Amino acid sequence: MSQFYLTALQLALCLSPMALGIFISMKVFNIPDITTDGSYTLGATVTAVMLSQHYPLGATLIMSMLAGALAGVCTGFIHSKLKIDALLSGILVMTALYSVNLIILGRSNVPLINVNTIFKVFSFSENNIIVDLIVSGIIVILILFLLGYLLRSDFGISMRATGNNPIMTTAFGINNNKIKIIGIALANSLTGLSGFLVSQYQGFSDINMGIGIVITGLGSVLIAGSLQKWFNITKIGRQLPLVVAGAIVFQMVLAFALSLGIDPNLLKLVTALFVLFIVAISAIGSKLKKN
Amino acid sequence: MIEIQHISKTFNKGKEDEVKALTDISITINKGEFVLIIGSNGSGKSTFFNIIQGTEHPTLGKVFINNNDITNLEEFKRSKLVSRIFQNPGHGTAPDLSIGENFRLAALRTKSKTLQIGNNKEFKKLIKDKIASLGMGLENKIDQPMGSLSGGQRQALTLLMSVMDDTNVLLMDEPTAALDPKSAQIILQIADKMNKEMGLTILLVTHSLRDAHQYGNRLLQFKEGAIIRDIKSNEKSSLTLPDLYNWF
Repeated sequence: MSQFYLTALQLALCLSPMALGIFISMKVFNIPDITTDGSYTLGATVTAVMLSQHYPLGATLIMSMLAGALAGVCTGFIHSKLKIDALLSGILVMTALYSVNLIILGRSNVPLINVNTIFKVFSFSENNIIVDLIVSGIIVILILFLLGYLLRSDFGISMRATGNNPIMTTAFGINNNKIKIIGIALANSLTGLSGFLVSQYQGFSDINMGIGIVITGLGSVLIAGSLQKWFNITKIGRQLPLVVAGAIVFQMVLAFALSLGIDPNLLKLVTALFVLFIVAISAIGSKLKKN
Repeated sequence: MIEIQHISKTFNKGKEDEVKALTDISITINKGEFVLIIGSNGSGKSTFFNIIQGTEHPTLGKVFINNNDITNLEEFKRSKLVSRIFQNPGHGTAPDLSIGENFRLAALRTKSKTLQIGNNKEFKKLIKDKIASLGMGLENKIDQPMGSLSGGQRQALTLLMSVMDDTNVLLMDEPTAALDPKSAQIILQIADKMNKEMGLTILLVTHSLRDAHQYGNRLLQFKEGAIIRDIKSNEKSSLTLPDLYNWF
């Protein structure tokens, strides 16, 4: 039973970079970017193909993140330069990526058996579950630290100001289009990193593994938003760990639903209803506050 | 120095709803001048402003600042030459960012935004003294979000922010329109002080003839897309408020 929840925690840690990516596009830049479904699978397909051809782990990590970033650049370019709605830009790239992913993968599913995954390389203990948790935990902490630094730097302030008040940033010499493209690229490189982690954790990459994953990230960010209001946290560096907390809460709720004996086929329905529930709760909450 | 040469601006040219917003305007504004701009709605003063700050480009004519031709320079690139105060205090600041972070961006208006942490202790100390000079008690709120302040407080900070980096020209588009009378006077007094003490060139659009009479050392009146009055320093000080009312 406890292993059941440990697995959920593990998955939450693997999906945290993606949730942080959604936080960047949605909260920092105020852009609803759903390239995620495609760039997550892209990260996973690049990982599966490179690892099964025995490329080094480091190179695979960099390439899966770069691939995600490239997908983000496409969405950002379509949105900011061609002036196409952000949602539509994301859908276009996501749809195109399905074919790209199939081409890279060669078939619909590639297993990672007898491959040195990131979890096997660092296996310092007999207990696989603990090893997996520690490895992904360290990666998440590293990402939190780097992202926290970035968002507090002068460049990061420019990024946050662009999403907050584009009129002001234009007057302060910031090229809003350029910085948005960089931001969406950053968000999707993190999503690619999640694809990299999850494919190795589950031991395969599948062409359909990304379907609906954006909802998971969205849910995590929404939970983080509620926590943020709850504890009245305004500093950016402290908001990021909340997103990870949101991802963990999200997976725990899903694990709880499964433990109640819900048909796994209904999991996506449960996920969507859960996100709807969070949105409704925060909407009602802010209404009550106003009255 | 701003030099405007034969500027015309026509909207929807050749269509039924063609509007001639400006027709053949030429004017030179010298360094250190505090220019008040008045005129009815639709007189062209906003278009004149937008052309200087790059929100719109002229149909005909040229704009120079310090002898650089900026007629077709993109808006965000002009920030190196002009600093702007918006009518809506919300437009000049980012509400979710702290006061310190807003000031940091302002300090980098003409510089590149790098990966270093610039909003550090040293920087906060530097702006603390500046903010204290406003006498609004905001110097202890540097880490608070800008959005938690009132419109008047935000506008006063915006004004300070505008001179954080090298500034040639400050454009103020009805900066006090959204403020209560007391905050409005504070803003204008700060602007007046910056003009006198730092020799900052300021262009300020206002609908208040009282303010136009009291502040500045040059007065322009716009009407139907042209400058119909250009009153220089000595002449302006001998104007009375009833004189101004008679112009409308």
